[in-house]
Amino acid sequence: MNVLVILIPVSLFLGGLGLLAFFWMLRKGQFDDPDGDANRILRSDYDDKPKT
Amino acid sequence: MSATADHPRPVPRAEAAAPVDGRLMLSLPTIHCAGCISRVERALEGAPGVNSARVNLTLKRAAIEADADVTAEDLVSVLAGAGYEAHELDPGVLAATDADPGARDLLMRLAVAGFAMMNVMLLSVAVWSGAEGTTRDMMHWISAAIVLPAIVFTGKPFYVNAWGALRAGHLNMDVPISLAILLAVGTSLYETMLSGEYAYFDAAISLTFFLLAGRYLDYRTRASARSAAQELAALEVPRAVRLRDGVEETVGVADLIPGDVVLVRPGGRIPVDGLVAEGNSEIDRALMTGESLPAFAGPGHAVSAGEVNLTGPLQVNVTAAGKDTSLHRIADLVAIAESGRSRYTSLADQAAKLYAPGVHILAAVAAVGWYLYTWDLRIALNIAAAVLIITCPCALGLAVPAVTTAASGRLFRKGMLIKDGTAMERLAEVDTVVFDKTGTLTLGAPQPVGLEHFSETEAKVALGLAQGSSHPLAQALVTGLSGPASPLSNLREVPGFGVEAIWKDTPVRLGVEGKLNGKVVRLGRAAWVGAEAPDVTATFLQIGDGAPVALTFTDSLRPGAVEALRGLKANGLRVLLISGDTGGAVRRFADEIGIDEVMAEALPADKAARIAALSDAGAKVLMVGDGLNDTAALAAAHVSISPASALDAARVASDMVLLGQDLAPIAEAFDVAVKARARIRENFTIATVYNVVAVPIAIAGFATPLAAALAMSASSITVSLNALRLK
Repeated sequence: MNVLVILIPVSLFLGGLGLLAFFWMLRKGQFDDPDGDANRILRSDYDDKPKT
Repeated sequence: MSATADHPRPVPRAEAAAPVDGRLMLSLPTIHCAGCISRVERALEGAPGVNSARVNLTLKRAAIEADADVTAEDLVSVLAGAGYEAHELDPGVLAATDADPGARDLLMRLAVAGFAMMNVMLLSVAVWSGAEGTTRDMMHWISAAIVLPAIVFTGKPFYVNAWGALRAGHLNMDVPISLAILLAVGTSLYETMLSGEYAYFDAAISLTFFLLAGRYLDYRTRASARSAAQELAALEVPRAVRLRDGVEETVGVADLIPGDVVLVRPGGRIPVDGLVAEGNSEIDRALMTGESLPAFAGPGHAVSAGEVNLTGPLQVNVTAAGKDTSLHRIADLVAIAESGRSRYTSLADQAAKLYAPGVHILAAVAAVGWYLYTWDLRIALNIAAAVLIITCPCALGLAVPAVTTAASGRLFRKGMLIKDGTAMERLAEVDTVVFDKTGTLTLGAPQPVGLEHFSETEAKVALGLAQGSSHPLAQALVTGLSGPASPLSNLREVPGFGVEAIWKDTPVRLGVEGKLNGKVVRLGRAAWVGAEAPDVTATFLQIGDGAPVALTFTDSLRPGAVEALRGLKANGLRVLLISGDTGGAVRRFADEIGIDEVMAEALPADKAARIAALSDAGAKVLMVGDGLNDTAALAAAHVSISPASALDAARVASDMVLLGQDLAPIAEAFDVAVKARARIRENFTIATVYNVVAVPIAIAGFATPLAAALAMSASSITVSLNALRLK
């Protein structure tokens, strides 16, 4: 059972990382247009180089 | 659950009310695919002055960064050329409904609650599967360490609302919620200190999580509601040109007094009520009265504020200005109608009224009962916490928002925007539908009819004349007639009457003499060319001394109007047509489209009065209208819809807005609303059944944290899945 002393903090830390990543995505507006993002990947407009 | 409905807090207007760097917003109701995104963005970025454009497919709109001199109208026509319907949006108002700080804040709290819930559940699994002694205590302590800060942060919206309600001396849904959360965490902490068996940390945090999910959905469906009356007043022209001793001076409308003379140029909106002193013109009253035909205005004619001067400059003797104008009286009508609208109690609030006191009484009775039975305060409080947690309003909190979100998502894809949270519920109760004619059932743009009956000469002359005027009927003729126009000379517009010119036919065609021959040709009002005025929209063509020929116009039917009417009638709804247009035109139109009950030549106040009369007779009225003259009626009706092309004021006064040209979604909306109401009721039933089973168990003291967690999750998920059936 002693392994829990390591595993619980590790799981909390990893979960916390996910939470921070979510905050970052939220702030960057990545959830503003889910339908659009799903469709944008299908078009061939900026396949060669990214939009400047 | 919309506990906040007890304290309707105005959604703060977005900071971006003033356009930043020429930022424009367009609504694009018809886009649906990756190709659309590319074509729209390419078309917009190809337009002069546009720096960048970004389409949001989820919200069906485009945000454009452009130079300050680029107007939304330019871009709308660019998109029309690319084959997409577009409407301008007020970025200040609409920005408030999507990525606004309030929604982001709730989402942030939801994420923290989700994170804490998952971790605590993980630890709880160990306890449920039989951890004993120090291991159980350690799990409880770690849970407490996660839950305590998380619950303080995530539960804030509930605590704030509950405190507000308590201070105002009444109960709302947030009071039992806050009490349940705090009591559960408090007793669990106490139990943990005493190495107790049961701790409800997992239940407290998952309760918060589910409730926040409901709150977030609820927040998203509620759009910013602004007072229609304020918007109307903003439509008044703030400045006017006053003539004093022949000198023009620009003054504020507020400074005008009866007796002043103001100059109104063609294309301008009339700022005051008054009598025409000098000049002839035609005025467009469509917005004020719904008349489809521009009216003649000459010396002595009365004009009122809000009408648009079309062809010639007018000098108007002011009879009423500012607060006394007819435009302002409409604003007053709207304010009265809004205050008179019986405040609708949503299904959620009805449930909350039963629920909040019920839960408190149950928990108190359980606590007192157990205390008297055992004389042990610890057991009594534990039981009370279990009762509060078990009766948790998760299912209730999700019952309404989950359904409204699913339903409004479905309607949005069909092209309808729901502005008011309770609009869907109100729509489901509707039994009478009132339509406006001009601009609502019709497109509000005249279309010439029977052009093929004209001779080639007549068509050519008419086209030549029509090209010389910006009058709406002339413009419609230009679009309707194709081919070359006759060469005309000395073309001039006679304000208020029409266009005239000298037409020189070629010698060959006139034949015998072989010399140039001039004839006066005229295109204009009946009286001007000496014809009988008909009761339909018409203009007349006269060549030389010949008999005048009537060119009649019809207003084309909005696409989907017939389907919408058929759908509404199939549902057994009573359909009425109320229009400000003349009797003949309205009746003919009603017969054509199949509406039996008609009211014509209705003034704005008549429309509102008719709606009020219907409501008094017990009918729940849906009003569909677009004009300034409809706003009071829209505000008075039980629920109202306006098309995207409607005036701002009408859109603001209505509960739902049609994004595209098509009217067909109205019938669909009614279907969806009825289904949504049925789902909401089913959800309440599910929540009640669950409580009826679980509450006795909790009161009897048999509830364990595992049972509470299972029951709570099961009921919330059932309710959400039931809502998803609407999609």
